Amino acid sequence: MSELSYQDTLPGGKHWSFTLRRGTQLRLTDVEGGANVGMAFYNPANLLERYNAPDTLKCQHTFKLTRGNCLYSDMGRIFCSITEDSVGWHDTVCGNTTKDMVAKRWGVKTYQAARNEWFLNGHDSFLVEGGKYGLGRRDLVANVNWFSKVATKEDGTMVFDPNNSPAGSSVTLRFEMDTLVLLHTCPHPLNPSPDYPKKPVTYQISQAAPVVEDDFCRNFRPENRRGFENNRLYTLFG
Amino acid sequence: MLKESNLAAAQASYRAIVPAGDYWLHEVKKGQTFRIVDVEGNQAADTLFYNARDPHERYSATDTIRAQGNVYLGVGADLMSQDGNVMLTIVADTVGRHDTLGGACATESNTVRYALEKKTMHACRDSYVLALAEHDHWGLSKRDISHNINFFMNVPITPEGGLTFADGVSGPGKYVEMVARMDVLVLISNCPQLNNPCNAYNPTPIEVLVWEVP
Repeated sequence: MSELSYQDTLPGGKHWSFTLRRGTQLRLTDVEGGANVGMAFYNPANLLERYNAPDTLKCQHTFKLTRGNCLYSDMGRIFCSITEDSVGWHDTVCGNTTKDMVAKRWGVKTYQAARNEWFLNGHDSFLVEGGKYGLGRRDLVANVNWFSKVATKEDGTMVFDPNNSPAGSSVTLRFEMDTLVLLHTCPHPLNPSPDYPKKPVTYQISQAAPVVEDDFCRNFRPENRRGFENNRLYTLFG
Repeated sequence: MLKESNLAAAQASYRAIVPAGDYWLHEVKKGQTFRIVDVEGNQAADTLFYNARDPHERYSATDTIRAQGNVYLGVGADLMSQDGNVMLTIVADTVGRHDTLGGACATESNTVRYALEKKTMHACRDSYVLALAEHDHWGLSKRDISHNINFFMNVPITPEGGLTFADGVSGPGKYVEMVARMDVLVLISNCPQLNNPCNAYNPTPIEVLVWEVP
């Protein structure tokens, strides 16, 4: 990793957002193991361009996200590439916890009773962070759930793997265009833990090395080479 | 699970053929039954739903699959909104499995999937955008085009995390039927995709039928 520009740790069950410039990288670290980071991406210059999980999956013929995969917008461009991954499987189809779901599974902890130890949920977290940029419920997308694995059985039944991400696991994203990043550290919606899991996540921002011709992500699939070409055209025109 | 309907087409209060590559936008009232027929087989009906009384509430693929704990749609599936409400329920199905993870085709994603030179070929997302622009009294736009259902499409996911577009499990005359749990606006793009083997490179018409509240 190149020289670190910024490092911070988000406690579990919180939300935040920032804009990352093309050519920066973001490393997420699951400090204690079993963390979940809900994340959604938008183009800050045109908020109508947003992360598209179906396009990301079908373009790369995959159901899981790992090193080599690129995260596509609905406009055929790449927000970011997964350049490093110690985990091997990240979910992008299960969405978020909701207020009702949290109350049913883990009980209610209100701000009035618990102050900032209250139980937040992923759905409301995206509404709050997105709202800061003029985004609302119309703009919600299928988000990524970093560090969480949900596999499927033959009949399509979804199975959550509680041991997917040991302490110290990390994933690194290299941003291929300027990107608004919304994130939360609320639990994965299929996490069966008896207690509300509050898992901290460290995030580090640094300068990425230039994308070279034999770059792993760019050559991971023939589709990704075309995605990178779309990014090149986007930069060319503005 | 396969389950046939006991409703007769002759009793439907509405019937229409949607040619391949066209869109269909229609309000289905709460309690009405709505059917889509794969007339010639192996077609994909890319479908979105909106709450007709509050159109910014719309179908959500993530909420739907999470609520049922299964990635495929079939009989008994409650189709959920992003606000956590049931919009429709699938009550009959002679296909067995429908996709909601593959999304719709778009000219831009076609450049990535197939070739940069294919960017001017007709795509579902263009039909969606045109439909919403031609009916802008609903207050909907590209913002509201979320991840859709691909009725009749077979997108198997492997236990190892692979995803493929397989030959359809649908066939001529097969159908899927659902009951509206709220007044819903139905937006279908009858997929014009010419690059995908899922429709044998030959998009074909679908039929839509609506029955009144029994």
